[in-house]
Amino acid sequence: MPAHPILEYLWIIPLLPLLGSAINGLLGAKWPNRIVNIAAIGSTGLSFLCALEAVREFFDSGQVLFRKEFFAWITAGNFRAGFDLQMDQLTVVMVLVVTGVGWLIHIYATGYMAHEGGYYRFFSYLNLFMFFMLILVLAANYVLLFVGWEGVGLSSYLLIGFYFLKKSAADAGKKAFIVNRIGDFGFMLGMFFLFRTFGTLDFQTLFAKAGLWPAEAMGQFGTFTIACLLLFMGATGKSAQLPLYVWLPDAMEGPTPVSALIHAATMVTAGVYVVARSHILFTYAPTAMLVVAIVGCATAFFAATIGLVQTDIKRVLAYSTVSQLGYMFLACGVGAFGAGIFHLMTHAFFKALLFLAAGSVIHAIGGEQDMTKMGGLSKKIRWTYGTMLVATLAIAGAPGFSGFFSKDAILVAVAGKYWLYGFGLLSALLTSFYMFRLIFLTFFGKPRYDEHKVHAHESPRSMFIPLVILALLSIVGGWLAAPEFWGHANYFEDFLNPVFASPTQSVKTIPVDTAPRVGKFLFAFGEAMGRASMEILWTYAAIAVGTALIGFLIAYWLYIRQPRKADDLAKSLRPAYTTLLNKYYVDELYAAVVVRPLVWLSTNVLWKAADVAGIDGTVNGIAHGAAAIGDGVRHSQSGNTRSYAVWVVVGAIVLLAIIFFWPSGAKTPVGLVR
Amino acid sequence: MVPTNYYVILSAILFGLGVFAFIFKRNLITIFMSIELMLNAVNLAFVAFSQAFGRLDGQVFVLFVIVVAAAEAAVGLGIIILIARNRQTLNVERVDLLKL
Repeated sequence: MPAHPILEYLWIIPLLPLLGSAINGLLGAKWPNRIVNIAAIGSTGLSFLCALEAVREFFDSGQVLFRKEFFAWITAGNFRAGFDLQMDQLTVVMVLVVTGVGWLIHIYATGYMAHEGGYYRFFSYLNLFMFFMLILVLAANYVLLFVGWEGVGLSSYLLIGFYFLKKSAADAGKKAFIVNRIGDFGFMLGMFFLFRTFGTLDFQTLFAKAGLWPAEAMGQFGTFTIACLLLFMGATGKSAQLPLYVWLPDAMEGPTPVSALIHAATMVTAGVYVVARSHILFTYAPTAMLVVAIVGCATAFFAATIGLVQTDIKRVLAYSTVSQLGYMFLACGVGAFGAGIFHLMTHAFFKALLFLAAGSVIHAIGGEQDMTKMGGLSKKIRWTYGTMLVATLAIAGAPGFSGFFSKDAILVAVAGKYWLYGFGLLSALLTSFYMFRLIFLTFFGKPRYDEHKVHAHESPRSMFIPLVILALLSIVGGWLAAPEFWGHANYFEDFLNPVFASPTQSVKTIPVDTAPRVGKFLFAFGEAMGRASMEILWTYAAIAVGTALIGFLIAYWLYIRQPRKADDLAKSLRPAYTTLLNKYYVDELYAAVVVRPLVWLSTNVLWKAADVAGIDGTVNGIAHGAAAIGDGVRHSQSGNTRSYAVWVVVGAIVLLAIIFFWPSGAKTPVGLVR
Repeated sequence: MVPTNYYVILSAILFGLGVFAFIFKRNLITIFMSIELMLNAVNLAFVAFSQAFGRLDGQVFVLFVIVVAAAEAAVGLGIIILIARNRQTLNVERVDLLKL
């Protein structure tokens, strides 16, 4: 028995959900829900336990990077892509979030999906997603990471289109898949570029080599900038950033647990994870970092404004997710990777909770998603209301809740850059506003649904117990960072420090003169933090809380005190309102600029010209030609014995003629001998 | 000594007759005989050239042709008898089961 059994057999963590997926997918069709539950929840629960044990062993072994090569997957020349898994502090966070939150959502889904068809199929896909996501976060090289990356895209497609008989759901699935492919294209180019430059895609060796790279290559638009921008393109696709965010709001067509697990808590954070994982490359590419920060900040603000006016409860949350992911990228873009990952974790808790609670609301009033048809639910579904309120306080940044700490960490990190800070703060205000708008519209006021037809009821235990657990996590999840406010270290970021502060676990190999470059941003940040006295830290926190409070008050005023004012305001600002309601017409713009020309090209050139006329024409032409010749020659086979005799004689005469009259010296056809 | 030309011309005439009969005759037996005629015309040419060049290869071939012709005659006659039994005729025009 090895000293650290689970670490030594790390593959067991992703394998368990795969097994669950295979069992349910292959055999589950005829099973009752109870047995499907055992396979689905059992496998993910075991996987969670294994992850916990692996993390314990990781701490036990002194928190050093654990890395193991299980088998070589592709070997060609000097290229090697292995099934290599690794465990470091960043992986610890990701694995626990994925398995833990994933497991809770599985439990929730057993209640939520209980009356849906295709129950086994749903859990098979959901487990498949867990498998790929775990591969993604455990992978020790870019190639294996990309397997997980594509795999989660596939599962996401399958689950968005779970109600595939509904056209909008099927379309949303396709949209998500295709938009993601655009990002993946960039990601692949980035991988190829990295391989060409460094000759490896293994994290450890690649980052070590990157540390030794000559300083000239790290200029404004050097090698690193190109590689990082390409990787970031993949991240914008998967993590729904400008300009590739359009698929995420549509992804809400999937069942609510899917929205919670994939499109809020885990998969969409994959882009942030990749940026954080590649932070060494990014710190060498200041231009790319700036791009990341600006895109993140712009997305945070842009998505938040759209979220202001949406009426579908899940769409508000979807735009909120896009916005919060923007925050994470903003943090990464200014070098505060720890803060970004911290927000990733807290966001996973409270956004999963928000979605699940929203699902519980939808469940309670019989499938209605439009907030203008809800209202007054706070008395009817107390647990859902309570937990959703906790999550809302967390995302709005109320002091003491997890979102407060993580958002504050990000805002402090960007404080030196006034534009980014300003927009970050503004987005925080908008976040607070639209979240409380959601709460007020859903739970307060008079019921706007037909009370005689719909009897709002609390969800079953399997649904609200995960809600309660996630609510607890949404509160305590942030306290890892709390000691900062009393002049101690930020435990969470301290924990991640070995990953982010010393690039390449082999920092000693970096020559002295390039060492300052390595953590340029980190050091600058650290210095700023060092100078920042407690008062400044508290001031920033106070500003953030004040901003959130303003957002809350506006929402309170518009939707509780003066419910008519909201409509008046919408009327007086009609052009702005309709623009927001129609999401800035981005979908229409993409349809006009990208989709329609592409469809035209595909229909008229690729389909009608190339495929039908060209390829089919050639194939069918050959077949028709052969048939015509056969039809003509068929008549020589008359069955008349004497005509055969004539053919024999004619043939003999022709051969003789060739032999006798062929020009001398020239080669006879068919090798006749003279 | 008869000049080689004569033999070759005679062989050609016989072969031509054989071809002619092969195409235009209707009776299976006649057609069969015309094939024999062609074979023997070729045999004649072989023997004539053999003598003209003073080499034995031609005569060896003739022996082969005779052996093969005998075998062929046995098989061919067997087929003809079967046809005659089954169809009560030897007219090739009537042997038309393969016709379209």
